[in-house]
Amino acid sequence: MKKKLTFAAALLAASVLGGMANAKQLVYCSEASPAGFDPSPWSGGNDFDASSRTIYSRLVEFEHGKTTIEPGLAESWTVSDDGLEYTFKLRPGVKFQTTDYFTPTRDLNADDVIFSFERQWKKENPWFDYLAGTGWEYFTGMGFPDLLKEIVKVDDLTVKFVLNKPEVAFLPDLGMDFASIVSKEYADQLDKAGTRQQFTQKPVGTGPFQFVDYQVDAVIRYAAWDGYYGGRQKIDDLIFAITTDPAVRAQKLKAGECDIMSYPAPADIAGLKADPNLKVDEQEGLNIGYMAYNTTQAPFDKVEVRKALNMAVNKQAILDAVYQGAGQAAINPIPPTMWSYNKEIKDDPYDPDAAKKMLTDAGVTDLSMKIWAMPVSRPYNPNAQRVAELIQADYAKIGVKAEIVSYEWTEYRERGKQKDRDGAFQLGWTGDNGDPDNFLFLLGCDAIGQSNYAIWCNQEFEALLQKGKATTDVAERTKIYEEAQVVFKREAPWLTIAHSKVFMPMNKKVTGFVMDPLGIHRFDGVDVAE
Amino acid sequence: MLRYLLHKLALIIPTVFGISLAAFAFVRLLPGDPITALAGERGVSPERYAELVERFGYNRPYVVQYLEYIGRVLTGDFGISLATKRPVLGEFQALFPATLELATIALIIAVLIGIPAGIFAAVKRGSWFDQATMGVALTGYSMPIFWWGLLLIIFFSGYLGWTPVSGRIGLQYFFKPTTGFMLIDSLISGKSGAFRSAASHLVLPAIVLATIPLAVIARQTRSAMLEVLGEDYVRTARAKGLAPRRVIGLHAFRNALIPVVTTIGLQVGTLMAGAILTETIFSWPGIGKWMIDAIAKRDYVVVQSGLLIIALIVMAVNLIVDVLYAVINPRIRVQ
Repeated sequence: MKKKLTFAAALLAASVLGGMANAKQLVYCSEASPAGFDPSPWSGGNDFDASSRTIYSRLVEFEHGKTTIEPGLAESWTVSDDGLEYTFKLRPGVKFQTTDYFTPTRDLNADDVIFSFERQWKKENPWFDYLAGTGWEYFTGMGFPDLLKEIVKVDDLTVKFVLNKPEVAFLPDLGMDFASIVSKEYADQLDKAGTRQQFTQKPVGTGPFQFVDYQVDAVIRYAAWDGYYGGRQKIDDLIFAITTDPAVRAQKLKAGECDIMSYPAPADIAGLKADPNLKVDEQEGLNIGYMAYNTTQAPFDKVEVRKALNMAVNKQAILDAVYQGAGQAAINPIPPTMWSYNKEIKDDPYDPDAAKKMLTDAGVTDLSMKIWAMPVSRPYNPNAQRVAELIQADYAKIGVKAEIVSYEWTEYRERGKQKDRDGAFQLGWTGDNGDPDNFLFLLGCDAIGQSNYAIWCNQEFEALLQKGKATTDVAERTKIYEEAQVVFKREAPWLTIAHSKVFMPMNKKVTGFVMDPLGIHRFDGVDVAE
Repeated sequence: MLRYLLHKLALIIPTVFGISLAAFAFVRLLPGDPITALAGERGVSPERYAELVERFGYNRPYVVQYLEYIGRVLTGDFGISLATKRPVLGEFQALFPATLELATIALIIAVLIGIPAGIFAAVKRGSWFDQATMGVALTGYSMPIFWWGLLLIIFFSGYLGWTPVSGRIGLQYFFKPTTGFMLIDSLISGKSGAFRSAASHLVLPAIVLATIPLAVIARQTRSAMLEVLGEDYVRTARAKGLAPRRVIGLHAFRNALIPVVTTIGLQVGTLMAGAILTETIFSWPGIGKWMIDAIAKRDYVVVQSGLLIIALIVMAVNLIVDVLYAVINPRIRVQ
């Protein structure tokens, strides 16, 4: 008997070890530690990669590699004629993950959907304040508190959102990370146990991977969720090796310590491409790098001056030197891959002589100004200091003296908002949901003091912006936004610098990774060749 | 000895309050605040900003905020991180062993190499060994840590493939931390190859972090030894015919040790500062990286409490060093 048991144990151990040996593992060198694993309180891309895109799902999802939406946890939906009611039919039989800390007793239903939104919305919801000082910034920033009137459970698998006003981007908004669906049953269990904090430390969702372990600032481990409604993943283990320095991430990839990495430094790309074991995917980023004039301060309040300064800048030189070929000159405030991009608009030509004449004609001589340079590398502008130096040299050619200023990142943005800020301020934007309004809102009158660093409130542009938000017909919206871009280009509140390319270096063994225009890193559908 | 100890302890109390005030003020003197930092490029509307300031309690007078903070600290509550919503003390406890492990190994390297190098350089004053050692020490002292770390990674990990690039242990080893010290935990885990993996991950970051303290210790040992070697009693010992090893080891080195121990004690602060950059380069999950992230996010609670905890540790180490002096040199106790 004893012998038999020993043999059985050995067999079990061998099969477990054998299974471990055969487990397919993908190691992703990520750029930062997540603040937590609840997908809604935080707003960083790294937070989303680690929580919403791995562990959770949403009512609607962005198609892999696109900005168009497709059914997610909702298998279908209808919209009322007045655009105020969205009724979602939930996919039946969707399982929440079973972990060593939670075993669900029921499938996903309307209660989970309502809970997922009400905890971010209603102050009387006991989960509204479960994390001290949580602002639910994305939910608030997207205007949901004003937009939502009520969320109604029609039946277990039908849920209706009633809005206060029509919102054309409502469906894409529901595909965003903050709109991930969490388990009410798990929340209730934690409530009873008095361990609400665990909700963000030990997450439970319906997504392709389930949480296994997090070693703070070091490693996050996930396992493929067998009950995922989209089918079990080909890889068994997904590991995030948190590596903050891009040069070190590149070295780890080369050394085989990770299979795929985020955000390589532009200087490393050539070396990574040259490595025979690696491949580097690339895609036009859904972003813009720009320099905003303070349109309320003389002489930048004059359109001719802004236009002249735009014409003095050699964008090609910036693209070559800073973006190192990984970008294209920006003409409009939205990237060319986005619908409603106005192809008819021509960029201000690079013409220093004409620029100099325009300045003189505008009565501006001996202009001295500041050029603001971000202290950090961003996807839309890898080296703002270098960009500033090139623009400074270009300005010198037309007799404009520019001084470059830079501050620590938070202070930089704080100072940039000041109404009497001097000169031109570099910044940029990466899209959230693929809607043009998600870019053009940066220049809205309401955004002054927030994201409108040009402090530009043009009534014509603003009217178009508001009209676009209230129009549901895509063709009509396209026309509105095309017109808004004409106004933008005519008024030149920004120097549109570049739309950068985004790179994703990975081992050649990795297959099925699709780059996402919204900058999300998704690992569903990814495989690793043996 | 007890009186001496009490005297030292009495000095620590006002220092702790001073540091808590400095840490509290320091993070608030920085432009921006946690709300702006968390908002990113999107920004935050003035109304929303006011609402959040109210919720976080930052609209109250600084004195009230400070007193509330220090009151909580005295009860052992260091607050909850604004960014991660986790208790600061819990985060610190999870991360500190990694820093301590790295700093300890770095200090051991610095002492084991720095002191003998300094002694030999002093004994062979003016020789090629002396000049080479001091040249290398000066280079090490002047080397920007970030660049030095990356250089070692590229050469040893990238080119030669001898050491891992970053992290604390190979990703194939997965076990729950028992002590937080990876060298010990890997041994306890009983997984074959785990200890070796943990040790190999320590090599480069420990060398990088040890570089500056090693240079300082070597230079200090050399100058202290030179001073002592010129003393009459050393000459007497030599004249008596004692073996050179005995003269240097017993008569000279023991007396040169006081400034060297002081220097080693002071290196704890340097190690903490160096850990910030070293941990960032090597993705070492310790408190240096944690503090840098907190400053960038204007996480007031983590910065003020983290600085205070670190200061308490540095002061504790300095107290131990002071006690060590007294053990080495009884005259200090009397003074």
